[in-house]
Amino acid sequence: MRFPLSWLRDHMDVPAGITPAELETALVNAGLEVEELADLGAGVQGPLVVGRVVSIEELTEFKKPIRYCMVDVGEAEPTSIVCGARNFAEGDLVVVIRPGGVLPGDFHIAARKTYGRVSNGMICSARELGLGDDHDGIIVLSAGTPGEDARPLVGLDELIIELAITPDRGYCFSIRGIARELAHQLGVPFTDPGLALATPAGGSPATAVRVEDEYGCDRFATRLVRGVDPKAVSPAWLTARLTHAGVRPISLAVDITNYVMLDLGQPMHAFDASALQGGLVVRRAVPGETLTTLDGAERKLDAEDLVIADDSGVISLAAIMGGASTEVSESTTDVLFEAAHWDPVTVARAARRHKLPSEASKRFERGVDPALPLVAIERAVSLLAEYGGGKADEAVLDVNTVRPRAAITFPAGLAARVAGHEYSAERVAGLLATVGATVDGEAVTPPTWRSDLTDPIDLAEEVIRLDGYGNVPSVLPVVSRPGTGLTGAQRVRRSVGRTLAEAGYVEAVSYPFVADGFADAFGLPEDDARRDAVRLLNPMSDAEPLLRTTLLPPLLVALKRNLGRGNRDLALFELGRVIRPVTGGGVPPELGVTARPAEADLDAVNALIPDQPWRVAAVLAGGIEPAGWWGKGRPGTWADAIEAARIAASAAGAELTVKADQHAPWHPGRCAALYVGDTLVGHAGELHPAVCAALELPKRTCAMEIELDRIPLPGAAPAPFVSSYPPALIDVALLVEQSVPAAEVAGALRDGAGELLESLSLFDVFEGEQVGEGRKSLAYSLTLRAADRTLTGEESVAVRDAAVAEAAKRFGAVLRGA
Amino acid sequence: MTYRNDPYDPKQASLLDPAALAEAVAEAEKAFAEAGDLDALVAVKHLHLGDRAPISLARREIGSLPPHAKSEAGQRVNAARVAAQAAYDAREADLAAERDRRVLVEETVDVTLPYDRRPRGARHPLTTLADRMADLFVGMGYEVAEGPEVEHTWFAFDALNIGKDHPARTMMDTFYLDPAERDLVLRPHTSSVQIRTMLTRKPPIYIVCPGRTYRTDELDATHAAAFHQIEGLVVDKGITMANLKGTLDHFARTVFGPEAGVRLRPSYFPFTEPSAEVDLWFPQHRDGPRWVEWGGCGMVNPRVLRACGIDPEVYSGFAFGMGIERTLMFRHGVSDMRDMVEGDIRFASAFGMEV
Repeated sequence: MRFPLSWLRDHMDVPAGITPAELETALVNAGLEVEELADLGAGVQGPLVVGRVVSIEELTEFKKPIRYCMVDVGEAEPTSIVCGARNFAEGDLVVVIRPGGVLPGDFHIAARKTYGRVSNGMICSARELGLGDDHDGIIVLSAGTPGEDARPLVGLDELIIELAITPDRGYCFSIRGIARELAHQLGVPFTDPGLALATPAGGSPATAVRVEDEYGCDRFATRLVRGVDPKAVSPAWLTARLTHAGVRPISLAVDITNYVMLDLGQPMHAFDASALQGGLVVRRAVPGETLTTLDGAERKLDAEDLVIADDSGVISLAAIMGGASTEVSESTTDVLFEAAHWDPVTVARAARRHKLPSEASKRFERGVDPALPLVAIERAVSLLAEYGGGKADEAVLDVNTVRPRAAITFPAGLAARVAGHEYSAERVAGLLATVGATVDGEAVTPPTWRSDLTDPIDLAEEVIRLDGYGNVPSVLPVVSRPGTGLTGAQRVRRSVGRTLAEAGYVEAVSYPFVADGFADAFGLPEDDARRDAVRLLNPMSDAEPLLRTTLLPPLLVALKRNLGRGNRDLALFELGRVIRPVTGGGVPPELGVTARPAEADLDAVNALIPDQPWRVAAVLAGGIEPAGWWGKGRPGTWADAIEAARIAASAAGAELTVKADQHAPWHPGRCAALYVGDTLVGHAGELHPAVCAALELPKRTCAMEIELDRIPLPGAAPAPFVSSYPPALIDVALLVEQSVPAAEVAGALRDGAGELLESLSLFDVFEGEQVGEGRKSLAYSLTLRAADRTLTGEESVAVRDAAVAEAAKRFGAVLRGA
Repeated sequence: MTYRNDPYDPKQASLLDPAALAEAVAEAEKAFAEAGDLDALVAVKHLHLGDRAPISLARREIGSLPPHAKSEAGQRVNAARVAAQAAYDAREADLAAERDRRVLVEETVDVTLPYDRRPRGARHPLTTLADRMADLFVGMGYEVAEGPEVEHTWFAFDALNIGKDHPARTMMDTFYLDPAERDLVLRPHTSSVQIRTMLTRKPPIYIVCPGRTYRTDELDATHAAAFHQIEGLVVDKGITMANLKGTLDHFARTVFGPEAGVRLRPSYFPFTEPSAEVDLWFPQHRDGPRWVEWGGCGMVNPRVLRACGIDPEVYSGFAFGMGIERTLMFRHGVSDMRDMVEGDIRFASAFGMEV
């Protein structure tokens, strides 16, 4: 809602000298969010005065015609001004900026010689004053005295206010509503124009009206104005107000309907009465009907659409936009004004259906005062009579089935209970009266213009708001039932994130949107579950209509973006959810809102909500250890990706078991399946070369992804027994077939060694001639220790032999050098 | 007295002469002092303290003395021995200290050499800020609640008093999911978690919910299609708007310092009544202390309580919600929303592990 401050003065006493800051505070305290306060005169400084053109001398010796004018600016003698515009005559009143003045754009005016003459200032156009784009010529005023300040005459003294109106405050889509709120905040008198007297219904209207749908339209009023001068134009003050409100002036009759709508909040329509055929019918559209609206579009109507029809068919899409066939034109002399009240929900749906949000539909959706139609018609008719020379028909039509509002029981003390702050009974009654409500004990009847006030709590809010939110004290409540801290899953996620960050990975928070082609780029098999992604009906970009089923696609995009920006050594991670669609059909049941829905219905709805497990993923490219003065760096490899997974899992309290796997998008020979116990929790390794090529990633980009929700939450770990006896250290080198996984050899050694084995580490892997074709040597260092004694040499050797024997049994391992 | 079998040999006993001992000590002291380093000192040690050293030889002569002279001579020799040893020890200590000093000087390195061999990682500041905010409430006894990001419209709208034809529903710019008849959306706010919490827990309820939310906003300097909110909900007996204000003041002071505070501006949200915008008094703003828009709040609308099966005659509650991106932006002077969603490591790395 945009309007000039001066408009408010029609209905309230705006204090003289109020500053924009004071105004803003008052509006904000009323709950009217200020989007903009624009002082139109801010760009014009210094003397801007009315001048009367005394004489014009045409100068013809230049490339374009130039006028040398003598202008009376209220001083003893006229002053000389050179001007290039030609749309004025001797005797005209013009706007003059004098030397020392400044125009918008920091354009300083000084007396100077131009075209061989002295020019003492400038005659201004609207554009030069920052009043619009009109540069056809200079402004010619209709009234004014030479020498007087020209600002008020051209609207440069205006403060333009733009407010964001919340959906509940339909009545504030009008000067009327805003003036009511502001008058209360400023403590000044307010005269409600919506309560002005209007000619009551009566007489026999020329155009009959039948309302067939009283639910959709509970009030419909019309009045005819005959003999309007088709050439009559809107007065300057009216077009100025409309322009300041951001509404384009069109014609006198249409401007009047827009003006009344802005002023009172009642959308109106003006029909060319001569174009109407027979009486009007208000009804729902019949499927198949069409209407060409004022914007020239032909619209197919829906059975739910409310329309106004005459004998020719539909002539208006009610409450949204009128039709072209009955539009007021340049030859219209008889105007039928219509003001009605329409069902908000019907209007909202129709505006959405036709993608046609209009100034009218915006107001009806949010609630228009049903008491306004006759008041609005009275205003429109009198304006058209005054400025268009028309004569109002005596008959006033008003089909009115509006039901009076019921009283709300508003318990004494409710506002105090809600606010935690006392309000006296007198104060509550006074504030409710300010709203326009009728108070009779606990029975409070809201005014017709406040369709948003339906519940006792709404009235409590009005009391607290009008008294001032600032008066509510600040009292920190004590939690009456203390909580139990973070959940295990929450602690695990934090721990995983922190641990990966400490290990050198940088967290990214990516958009979860992915492209249709991601699955092919990843080389996913046709039956891969990750192909089954949830699709958005209205994606931001048609290129990314899916929700991620794996964290990797968006994370790899972030990796690429970093590379594009010259960040070459990258280790990124992300913690987030993936979305897995619910397979199987079903439409959710309707759930009500007046009470808790039935458990079965809630379960049915919840069953359709996709599984959204938490995952963690990491990606690596370039060096994981940098080169420096200390020596060479080291590129991140498949092994680092697996380590990242191990680090993440151990932060989650689990130890991973690693098995070789072939799983897209990973390299089939460098892909680890990761298990916790027997549960597959994720994969890690180097990405497939074809995937790197398809996604234009660096060669040997590595990645890991694990599903945190599949890792059981850690329990309370038992403390280990810490033996104080010395360890025995024994190394063994085993020869095995190359295909035997090291992890399984280690497992065999562990099993064979038994409980005296404290730890085991692989310190060398060797392949080469010495060990034979197709074989490899794995060298392990075993740390043995007993809880209750120092191990003897014989005991240690026995443990080693048992370990080796188990490896030999399972994999044919041979003790090297034995 | 007679000394049988042990004839006195003046020549043999001459080393016991006090002057001779004094000279031996003096020579030892001189030799030790002249040793320039520990090796040289060790090299001369046996000459003065070894088995063949004059003082050691003198000790052997004691046996040849008459008994009455043994005691006195013994004391003399011991004194000499102690003196020589002391001279040695002192010199050795000096030389060792000197050697240590020299070695330490020789081992000096340039400690200003850069050693960034283990690259530092970082958590994303949105994560750390959300954690920090949640921790504040957990410390007060709240719990952290969660809910799905893909949500059914009943939880995201209807139960929050935003019916199908409510203007606020279209104003949310919500992502809808295929197939349309399932009425699934990407939650446009974390308020749906309020509903899920009230359906699954009985009051008293004290929760916060940090989480991801989605709206169909084009990415620009101040908008993103995916962003984060932190929502708070309290439902208990006797909860007032004053409690809401007190909680927000405490929240503001904890995150922005003791000078911070909030003011409530009347506004409208379908799920709260009264509703307010939360303005934060932010003393550390880079352009000077000022009010900044921080979030929205209000008293839980009784209709919302009823939809969740909570009796509004018995319980009342408040709720509030803040944008975490927005908070990070003004708290840290982030000028472009894109920096937070693009994953550039330079952005997150600047924040490290905590904010």
